[in-house]
Amino acid sequence: MNIITISSPHAHDHSSVSRLMFHVCLALVPCTLYGLYSFGFPAINLFVITIVSGIFWEALCLKMLKKPLNFLNDYSALLTSWLLALTLPPWAPWWIGVGGSFIAIVVTKHIYGGVGQNVFNPAMVARVALLISFPVHMTTWPIAGNDPFAISFLDSLAITLGVSPIPDAYTGATALGAIKTGLSVGATANDLVSDHFVFTDALMGKMSGSLGETSALLIFVGGLWLLSMRVISWHIPVSMLLTMSALTLLFHLIDPTLYSMTSFHLLSGGIMLGAFFIATDPVTSPSSKGGQLFFGAGCGVIDFLIRTWGGFPEGIGFAVLFMNALTPLIDLYFRPRIYGRRIDGSPKQYDTVEPAQEGKQT
Amino acid sequence: MKFSPFRGGVHPDGYKELSAHQAIEKLPLPDRLYVPLRQHAGSEALAIVQPGDFVMKGQLIGRAAKGISAPVHAPTSGKVLKVQPFVAAHPSGMDSNTVIIECDGNDTPIATPTNIDPFSLDGKTLSDTIANAGIVGMGGASFPAAVKLSSASRQVVNTVIINGGECEPYLTADDRLMRERPEQIILGARLIRHIVNAENVCIAIEDNKKEAISALRQASSEYRNIQVIVVPTLYPMGSAKQMIQAVTGKEVPAGGRSSDIGVLMHNVATTYAIAQCLSQNEPLVSRIVTVSGGAIKHPKNIEALVGTPIKQLIDFCGGTLEEPSKLLLGGPMMGQLMPSDEVPLIKGAAGVLALNNNEISQPSASPCIRCGRCVSACPMGLVPLEMANHSRQQDFDGAIGFGLKDCILCGSCAFVCPSHIPLVHYFQYAKGEVAYQKATQQRMDHTRQLSESRRARQEKEAAEKAAAKAAAKAAKEAKAAAKRKKQNAASANQ
Repeated sequence: MNIITISSPHAHDHSSVSRLMFHVCLALVPCTLYGLYSFGFPAINLFVITIVSGIFWEALCLKMLKKPLNFLNDYSALLTSWLLALTLPPWAPWWIGVGGSFIAIVVTKHIYGGVGQNVFNPAMVARVALLISFPVHMTTWPIAGNDPFAISFLDSLAITLGVSPIPDAYTGATALGAIKTGLSVGATANDLVSDHFVFTDALMGKMSGSLGETSALLIFVGGLWLLSMRVISWHIPVSMLLTMSALTLLFHLIDPTLYSMTSFHLLSGGIMLGAFFIATDPVTSPSSKGGQLFFGAGCGVIDFLIRTWGGFPEGIGFAVLFMNALTPLIDLYFRPRIYGRRIDGSPKQYDTVEPAQEGKQT
Repeated sequence: MKFSPFRGGVHPDGYKELSAHQAIEKLPLPDRLYVPLRQHAGSEALAIVQPGDFVMKGQLIGRAAKGISAPVHAPTSGKVLKVQPFVAAHPSGMDSNTVIIECDGNDTPIATPTNIDPFSLDGKTLSDTIANAGIVGMGGASFPAAVKLSSASRQVVNTVIINGGECEPYLTADDRLMRERPEQIILGARLIRHIVNAENVCIAIEDNKKEAISALRQASSEYRNIQVIVVPTLYPMGSAKQMIQAVTGKEVPAGGRSSDIGVLMHNVATTYAIAQCLSQNEPLVSRIVTVSGGAIKHPKNIEALVGTPIKQLIDFCGGTLEEPSKLLLGGPMMGQLMPSDEVPLIKGAAGVLALNNNEISQPSASPCIRCGRCVSACPMGLVPLEMANHSRQQDFDGAIGFGLKDCILCGSCAFVCPSHIPLVHYFQYAKGEVAYQKATQQRMDHTRQLSESRRARQEKEAAEKAAAKAAAKAAKEAKAAAKRKKQNAASANQ
């Protein structure tokens, strides 16, 4: 699509898709490095495998579709597989990464028409499909806080290749999972949270969880940087986190034995990653500001519903996918009001103009 | 955060410092002028001079056509060489009928300044004088000023807004005009107020033009109800609808005119031209133009005659530093690409820009990622990405649903598009198609109307004929009957 633009404007703010995507990748670096450090070699293996296979799938699709390979330069395949890797259990076997990136890049993106055409967030479709298909592999969490490199590189290959199972001593539940299980056997939320949740550890990321979701603080820092670079706008993250805070606070006040507190919800699971990096995916979120506020709030509500009453301890993936499905409808109803028109599209009317006062002018 | 007077808008790099400190210089008389007969919105003016005619400065050479149009005058004295199509200020390189004048160097005017106080004349007379002077909107739209004035005088106008926004990057012509000739602008503003019988004058200037603001404040201090309003620097502040919203807080109703909300707006350069016309009896034959851009050696603000080839303007600025990547008439946001440097200067061109490769947008586009930056940037509240999608699929009704008809083509959307999609290109195409379909529909309706009225006429004629025939037959029969009666009577008498 090369058009010699004879039409104005002849100036441009020099932004580009590849620069936007690259900035998002940069913003992911701190939490990724932290995740790789705290989960050691098996996590590094999974991260590399997911990204390499994602770029391979992208190149294959472009080749088969006879599209120019220079679309690889726009970093979108890198970003998609990077985000997917961050939402996987850190010690998952290689085929989780390869299969996940296949679902993300080939099924969710290219079959729907490539960049900009997909209805659903590719990383989230892949994660949810894997979670439903391989629930055991997708919920085996290494315990954080151990010596990160206790597993040698050779041992890590055995874990990555799936030839030897992860020793039980190394695995445990995520905080959200532990509390869900605890509540189902009659423990109170307050006790469970104090057993499984230490505020500073959760903030810094010393907890079990997906590869890149553990350090709420580093994700938040990356998100703030994206906001300051105007790569993302504040509407989706703010409405999502505010909705989650409001709902958790309300229910915690109603019954603290059943409902965990707000800080626990904001710092556990994928809500922080989801709010700044997943739900803000431009392709699958609404384009108007009003629509974005609604979209973020919807994600927050659904995630809260799933965490509190659903079958899964964490529901951010389902929440985002559900709101993705609503996005065309949201875009239809949250159109901005056109200048000079009422919200229904009819021309604006003012009261008749008062006649000018009589008088000599000059 | 700064107070935003309208939704959206963008902040392109200004580049005003290239020429803002350059005082207006007068271009020496060129050897030849190429005066296009189409320099305004509406129909082309009709030439009334022949090759070989001698014309004086300010003499009428093209009279206004029917409907919306504007006359054209000789910018200087000299001999008419030719009246022929010549390359015009249109990106297609489309020709326009052009009067080519060989200047005699004397610049002999046809008329002398009058001593009549324009304020003693009524609005209609002044408005006619402006129409005859060929004054058009000099901010870029080139709509005949008198048409705007007379349609506004039919409504109640409270406030005259003088638009000193000049929000396009690079352009400083209005800025210099306001700094150097504020008295004439105030005079023009008072005359416009007099013509439309308004109460107030607001002169709105972007806050990046401090000297212009103080010059106009000083010049207006002795007159009542003239206010200089400072508005934030934000593109497209100079667009009429956005400026009206910034000054009055009201929006021009869709499909309506600014006079519907009691406002009339003219650009500062137009206001200056109106003052020159009514006080000095000068038709519009020259303008102030900024010659700038990264490829220009010494950017300047030049007062030049209409019809001057832009090459001479560029040469006056010391020529170019490098081969320009784009040559534009107007600003970089809404200006038009010029097919060559032979194009003559026209009344509506506030700038001649020679841009180098770093200053222009790169032409390669990638797929839309629906990021919504165009939606945030649009000052009209439209959804450019959807308008472009629907236009590309020839679904013009769909595009209209997302605001195609309300689009002012300001280019804010394409300016911020990270995919470099030529959005304005799509909208111009779609608007053209919609206009063409409408014209075709009107023509078809007209044809159908004609054929229907023809059939009705034929039927009527046939009916009349039949009636006449029947009447004639009846008359004949009556006559025959009478004859028979007469005969019968006669035979009875016998």
